[in-house]
Amino acid sequence: MISWTKKDLLGLEYLTPEEITLILDTAESFKEVSTREIKKVPALRGKTAVNLFYEPSTRTRVSFEVAAKRLSADVINIATETSSVKKGETLIDTGKNIQALKADIIIVRHNCSGAANMLARTLDISVINAGDGWHEHPTQALLDIFTLKERFGVIKGLNVAIVGDIAHSRVARSNIWGLTKLGAKVTLCAPEMLLPPEIELTGAKTSHNLDEVLKNTDAVNVLRMQFERDEGAAFPSQLDYYKKFGITEERLAKAKKDIVVMHPGPINRGVEMSSEVADGANSVILEQVTNGIAVRMAVLFLVSQAKDAKK
Amino acid sequence: MKNDEYRVTKYEPLANKARGIFLMKEKAKILDTEGIQRAIMRIAHEIIEKNKGGLGLCVVGIRNRGVYIAQRIAACIKQIEGIDVATGALDITLYRDDLALATGQPRVRKTEIDFDINDQNLVLVDDVLYTGRTIRAALDALIDFGRPKSIQLAVLVDRGHRELPIRADFVGKNIPTSKKESVEVHLQESDGCDEVLIAEKE
Repeated sequence: MISWTKKDLLGLEYLTPEEITLILDTAESFKEVSTREIKKVPALRGKTAVNLFYEPSTRTRVSFEVAAKRLSADVINIATETSSVKKGETLIDTGKNIQALKADIIIVRHNCSGAANMLARTLDISVINAGDGWHEHPTQALLDIFTLKERFGVIKGLNVAIVGDIAHSRVARSNIWGLTKLGAKVTLCAPEMLLPPEIELTGAKTSHNLDEVLKNTDAVNVLRMQFERDEGAAFPSQLDYYKKFGITEERLAKAKKDIVVMHPGPINRGVEMSSEVADGANSVILEQVTNGIAVRMAVLFLVSQAKDAKK
Repeated sequence: MKNDEYRVTKYEPLANKARGIFLMKEKAKILDTEGIQRAIMRIAHEIIEKNKGGLGLCVVGIRNRGVYIAQRIAACIKQIEGIDVATGALDITLYRDDLALATGQPRVRKTEIDFDINDQNLVLVDDVLYTGRTIRAALDALIDFGRPKSIQLAVLVDRGHRELPIRADFVGKNIPTSKKESVEVHLQESDGCDEVLIAEKE
């Protein structure tokens, strides 16, 4: 039986299949806590977790806050717009100050890839990556995989399609690492310009034909189109994208009957998928949100335990 | 205790043997299959006697082996009274008082109490009662699930050395031990055989 020894969670690229499985198993135990009348256990009593978000977020930030509070940790939220970051304080300086305040865990989201890794190298306290640039968003991928595991029992051998803006997506990258490590077959489906070059090196296949991909897919993870990153003429229009890559009921009718539809949120309804699909029987989008709490509880618990063990 | 109950057996876990580790000296078998089953049956009778039947009763085992003993107690109650008693499983890892100093990472397992414990006479079950700290954690956990009418404690083995003011209501066997000894409960469900062993730590 393996144990968790890392003080940080920076990305799924750095984890072994056994470590990923340990997080998923631990999350399964934590899921029950949220079904209790008193949704709280004392495991992280006396610990302080700081949410340090340099990018907007509701789902992830609130999910981490709920998870930490259900473990009895104290949570502090730092919104960078109203903090010293506005006065030009660097990420490292902010991190060191939070450490000097004797916090135990920093949950960081940043628009630069590698921000969490840099912070983790500099600080002694635990760092959890809540999304860094186009690099990784490990807890999102873990909750996606957790949801798949609940549905299918095993990940090994599953055909999973990731559709949409692969190039700008940290969710896609974390999912590719996690899923391939656990033995799933991953197919990336996107317009040419939204597929990064050499992405096949990760072990995932690529395609531009959604209908073809859906025929043989157990689950489809639909990414948000990040129109805020519009890079000019080659970027597809919303309508154009919807026609070629939007998940609609007509498309699903030709796919496997019990195909699972996932989305990390927030959804652009009528762009990545139709409203009927988002709210339909194949959608597990809200289950993903619920599972996110259990997965983040497991991660907070494991990094905190590893930190204590090293004392 | 009669001398013939201490049947001395040579026992080393195979994996350790292969690695050349011989942690435990010779072990004495305190209870065998029949002994364990008789003790559990007696506990079931005592539970029914104390609670005047099986109504309003539920049994919650502490992971791991307490759960199997709880299920066996429930089966005995069913046999005696013909009543199905609700049975649950409790993982106390998150309530441990040594979580911050735990050596070796504790594995969090599932708690499964899918019935209402409010106003029930709840029998908490564990395999070995030692310092009492596990029971303290279990009591804290149970209170988060509701307010039982009473909580009673049943253990297969009471080995003494309490560090907290906690006692058991139902005991399968009292085994006076020294702190240097270890008590191992093996059950069919988890270990493939029923036995209680006592061994000297080296």
